[in-house]
Amino acid sequence: MSGNLLELSNLHVSYGRAEVLHGISMSMKPGSIVTVIGANGAGKSTLLNAIMGIVPSSGTIIYDGAPVPRSVEARVAGGLCLVPEKRELFSTMSVEDNIELGGFLRSAAERAETREDVYARFPRLAERRKQLAGTLSGGERQMLALARALMSRPRLLLLDEPSLGLAPKIVIDILNIVSELRKTGVSILLVEQNARAALEIADEGYLVELGEVRLSGPASEMAVNPALMESYLGTHS
Amino acid sequence: MIATFLIQDGVTNGAIYALLGLALVLLFSVTRVIFIPQGEFVAYGALTLALLDGGKVPATTSLLVCFGAVAFLFDLWSMRRGTDVRTFLRSLALNLVLPGVIYGITIVLAPLGLPSVAKALLTILIITPMGVYVYRIAYRPLADASVLVLLIASVGVHLAMMGLGLVFFGAEGLRAEPLADDNYTIGALMVSAQNLCIYGATIAIIVGLYMFFERTLLGKALRATAVNRLGARLVGVRTHLTGVTAFTLAAAIGAVSGVLIGPITTIYYDTGFLIGLKGFVAAIIGGLASFPITAIAAIGVGLVESFSSFFASSYKEVIVFGLIIPVLIWLSLSGGFHEEE
Repeated sequence: MSGNLLELSNLHVSYGRAEVLHGISMSMKPGSIVTVIGANGAGKSTLLNAIMGIVPSSGTIIYDGAPVPRSVEARVAGGLCLVPEKRELFSTMSVEDNIELGGFLRSAAERAETREDVYARFPRLAERRKQLAGTLSGGERQMLALARALMSRPRLLLLDEPSLGLAPKIVIDILNIVSELRKTGVSILLVEQNARAALEIADEGYLVELGEVRLSGPASEMAVNPALMESYLGTHS
Repeated sequence: MIATFLIQDGVTNGAIYALLGLALVLLFSVTRVIFIPQGEFVAYGALTLALLDGGKVPATTSLLVCFGAVAFLFDLWSMRRGTDVRTFLRSLALNLVLPGVIYGITIVLAPLGLPSVAKALLTILIITPMGVYVYRIAYRPLADASVLVLLIASVGVHLAMMGLGLVFFGAEGLRAEPLADDNYTIGALMVSAQNLCIYGATIAIIVGLYMFFERTLLGKALRATAVNRLGARLVGVRTHLTGVTAFTLAAAIGAVSGVLIGPITTIYYDTGFLIGLKGFVAAIIGGLASFPITAIAAIGVGLVESFSSFFASSYKEVIVFGLIIPVLIWLSLSGGFHEEE
């Protein structure tokens, strides 16, 4: 129980009458990468949105040893940060402004310090500082979404399908960046369609089907699980 | 010769419509509220200034205290399930202490016969906090409502504020003294100092808003909210923070407009509505999104108004509000209005 950064127990989420998550329980250790895999519509994004507080949920979410605060802003202030599937960038504002706003809740000094780190990590964005976010390519947008999230100095980063709609080479780049991030002490909860690649960089994996956890365990074991291989990883190779 | 007078008149009114139009665009883009009562702030501002001219304590100060008290009750209600001392004290300071202090200042200063600039500043000080309370009372509980529901709430707020205007100011019209009495002749043109104040204040506010939105983090947060509400929440921008900021700015702009227009026309408790609607025409032409188009359109509205009042005075309002129809047709045909990503 103790020592976990995040503990979900019996988490339920409903949209109107329809229940989407039926009592999810999971835990993650600080500094780890945990991946949630599953088919479309399994409730993976809903799970992240519930942890962030964007959708109401019942059940308990213990973050850093205490129940997570109610408002989204308080969760951001506490070090939770979601990079949503649709990125939700400020498309008519410059790259620079998007990054700056990522640090909205941090002091000016913290922002200045983090900004340098972020530009060093994403030199591409540094080149395009003045460009409008809406004019970036898909891969650059994802980088900007990550960069904006890092500006909030997260302790737990929730990544929703970071590779969605990106070319295979860029997917590898993005996942490399994600595993690099862990070295800075950030914990990452990663939702991915690309299960094989996700399990490669993760420590633990959860398979979610129809709003329930079907399987969980160390990522290395899940990657060779025969049942999983057949349905999510593809049988060959 | 007549044309130059009409142009001057049109630009003067247009400058005030521009301020109102900008406030409406600001409010709509940040909070999705179509704020019909913007004109009420103008009327309150003008009437407050006129009463201060007469050395009286304007009724708006009592109104402000009432607004604050109601807002405090709303806060208490939302705190009923427990709160911390800081939230409570902040609410107390904002909703009860602030209007009390403004009330005190006004009681002391009003009979002294202040210079006109000081009276103008005092007026702005009295009106601006009303934006905070109007937001707290009418719109904050509706933060997640649809545009239509917010519009209906706006109609209600408009009627309430106009009714309160009648109760507190009475049915009589008032005209404030000009901020400055001088007249200047530039060639064939005679320009009053009041008009120069109007141009100067309008330009200063436009530049000030530009700086606020481009240079400050809070201004950028307001823009970000307008562009992508979910994105703004995810970086920790509170909906209430941007809402209260937008309403405070709108009330301040309304108060300034009132101070500027009070001396050039007689203002009744219900005059604000018509003035606000003309700012609204400009804001619609700007698609409720574009600041520059709104400002230019507002000058156009002022010019159309002054020329039509000369050539077809009984159709003046019809012509001005008729301007909106081709724009609406064009906007609905081009369909470029919904730009949520």
